[in-house]
Amino acid sequence: MIDNKDYVLTIDGLKTYFEVDHSVVKAVDDVSLKIERGKTLAIVGESGCGKSVTAYSILKLIQKPGKIIGGKIVLYPSNGKAINISELNERSELLYHVRGGYISMIFQEPMTALSPVHTIGNQICEAVLLHSKTKISRKCAEEMAVEMLNKAGMPNSQARIRQYPHEISGGMRQRAVIAMAMITNPELLIADEPTTALDVTIQAQIIELMKKLQNEYRTAIMLITHDFGVVAQTADEVAVMYLGNIVEQASVREIIKNPMHPYTIALLGSLPGIGRIGKRLAPVRGSVPDPLRRPQGCTFHPRCEYAEKGLCDVGLIPGLEEVINGHKVACRRVKEIRKNGK
Amino acid sequence: MENKNTILSVKDLCKYFPVYGKGFFTRITGYIKAVDNISFDLFEGETFGLVGESGCGKTTAARTILRALSPTAGRVIFKTGDTVVDLASMPENLLKSFRPKMQMIFQDPFSSLNPRMTVGNIVGEPLVIHKMAKGRQLTDRVKQLLARVGLSSEYINRYPHAFSGGQRQRIGIARALIMYPSLIIADEAVSALDVSVQAQILNLLMDIQDEFNLTYIFVSHNLGVIRCICDRVAVMYAGRIVEMAATEELFRNPLHPYTKALLSAIPYPDLDIKLNAVLTGETIDLAELPHGCNFESRCPYRTTDCLCCVPELKKVDDNHFVACLLKN
Ligand SMILES: Nc1ncnc2c1ncn2[C@@H]1O[C@H](COP(=O)(O)OP(=O)(O)OP(=O)(O)O)[C@@H](O)[C@H]1O
Ligand SMILES: Nc1ncnc2c1ncn2[C@@H]1O[C@H](COP(=O)(O)OP(=O)(O)O)[C@@H](O)[C@H]1O
Ligand code: SF4
Ligand SMILES: [Mg+2]
Ligand SMILES: [Mg+2]
Repeated sequence: MIDNKDYVLTIDGLKTYFEVDHSVVKAVDDVSLKIERGKTLAIVGESGCGKSVTAYSILKLIQKPGKIIGGKIVLYPSNGKAINISELNERSELLYHVRGGYISMIFQEPMTALSPVHTIGNQICEAVLLHSKTKISRKCAEEMAVEMLNKAGMPNSQARIRQYPHEISGGMRQRAVIAMAMITNPELLIADEPTTALDVTIQAQIIELMKKLQNEYRTAIMLITHDFGVVAQTADEVAVMYLGNIVEQASVREIIKNPMHPYTIALLGSLPGIGRIGKRLAPVRGSVPDPLRRPQGCTFHPRCEYAEKGLCDVGLIPGLEEVINGHKVACRRVKEIRKNGK
Repeated sequence: MENKNTILSVKDLCKYFPVYGKGFFTRITGYIKAVDNISFDLFEGETFGLVGESGCGKTTAARTILRALSPTAGRVIFKTGDTVVDLASMPENLLKSFRPKMQMIFQDPFSSLNPRMTVGNIVGEPLVIHKMAKGRQLTDRVKQLLARVGLSSEYINRYPHAFSGGQRQRIGIARALIMYPSLIIADEAVSALDVSVQAQILNLLMDIQDEFNLTYIFVSHNLGVIRCICDRVAVMYAGRIVEMAATEELFRNPLHPYTKALLSAIPYPDLDIKLNAVLTGETIDLAELPHGCNFESRCPYRTTDCLCCVPELKKVDDNHFVACLLKN
């Protein structure tokens, strides 16, 4: 707990559950995270492991049948008092400024963030006018929008602001969404699979753009992805999720070069295309279990290469423990795995 | 590497979609040249990759080869046993007897399976349509294939909605295999899957290839997947093949400016390989192609020649073809 890093957001013991057919899906179960100011934290994991629910929970955007059951989320703006988001009232003005002001969010499908019936320019201006701390004129907001679109690499932005989202390409839409997210100069940008729907060439451009803006504005980024390539190229810190829990967390260097949790090791072994031609891959066996039937003990044990009967399939979920400096792993056999190598 | 059997020869294949003008009298105002003069040979037992950005014509090429779309021009010479035919010009009624030999696996296992049919019926349907099996024999064959793709034969009476993406893709593969095809075209077959399941399906496809004597055309926008499974690769840009080579050669020694740009955009899960993407701008509109090279508007090496001459796919080395006007 005692470290002298400058955090912009801390999450402590977050639990978000969904009630489906009288049973409970523990979409996020006791997740704790800290995001450093100006840095990128990547959250990786396969479909359904709780990445998006974690993100939505930060902004209290969980809808029925979902509910945040517990946990504390605190935002530390660079100037101003800490904001305990978890205790904010749904109708409080502060929560309103947290969403889209202090914290911006971008999504996999840019159309989720854009309204089809308003021009790009109007939507970006709206964001400025709603969240600006000082009073500004419409004209001024429009100038800011054009400038931000320029920064976001949108050609002809003066003309583009009069266009509707459906009139521009997917890559350009994502640029518009990024401009809209960054124009309020947020403390934290949550990006939920921002490049998954894009071609690699456009993805590379968007990654470069996000890095450039991050440097300029010193924004922290929480990047949600299932692509370890994107992680390696963007993240400072990485959290790997499986079935609603963080199973491993460390610096990007540690995760890529020295993965310790069997799930992380297996995920990296599943990646195609790195010097393996015609050779078989080494994937995780089986598939993610039904979230309603979470296995006892370590939830990963039915798919785990290293699982030991009587140890891994009983009791509570193993907790996340620091193994070496800043490298945390939730695995009962981590010591043996480290000793015997992979 | 020499005496390889050619199973399919695609020659100058084109597929143009008409663009209609607005107004009362709708008339054709132009064409989307989704596939424009592509040629390649496919060797028995190999996996041939088609890679490129979305919209470059991969799916259209695949569907035109199989005659799911009728070609605008060109030939598709298909060999099966001692028979050699041109699928491109063959009348529909004759095509029927060749269809079983060529099967397709699709990207979206969710929408490609009929939700009202049981798994058993989905997998067995081609046999029923072609009146090749029924009753006990049919059920046995279906169960055998389900087992081969890693599904329990208990699933035979279930409906597809009860299955995960990976399982649905296995059902699609079983269905494709049941007619003993010689050619399978997989269109983005693993693109919608999580990496761990994707790796399982890729392994399965590699395993059954030898066992069932299959030749694959593997369509994907994912360069990692292409590199993993393909023997040879053709890179497409705006309806044309711009480069074609053995996989390792292509990745080690890309010659076309577009291939170079595409490879430079791959984010490797390796901290020692920094992303250094060189390509700016976006792909062009297929309805308004330039006079010269299609890549001219984004190409960092463009010369004045590139504005007026269309580069043809030329052999530069054994097994390496490039369509670029540059000498080196
Ligand atoms: N509205 C909902 N109702 C019921 N369950 C839900 C709902 N939203 C999410 N869940 C469940 O919560 C779990 C986590 O979902 P989440 O969307 O966070 O996954 P994810 O990691 O973002 O996956 P993906 O990579 O597919 O986006 C899943 O088991 C999902 O089924
Ligand atoms: N039925 C159709 N009518 C008109 N245009 C089409 C049709 N099918 C595909 N196209 C166009 O052809 C081009 C190539 O598409 P497609 O083959 O699906 O590309 P890919 O599979 O490489 O993403 C695109 O510009 C697409 O819009
Ligand atoms: S022909 Fe010219 S424009 Fe086309 S790829 Fe080669 S150098 Fe670039
Ligand atoms: Mg998600
Ligand atoms: Mg396609």
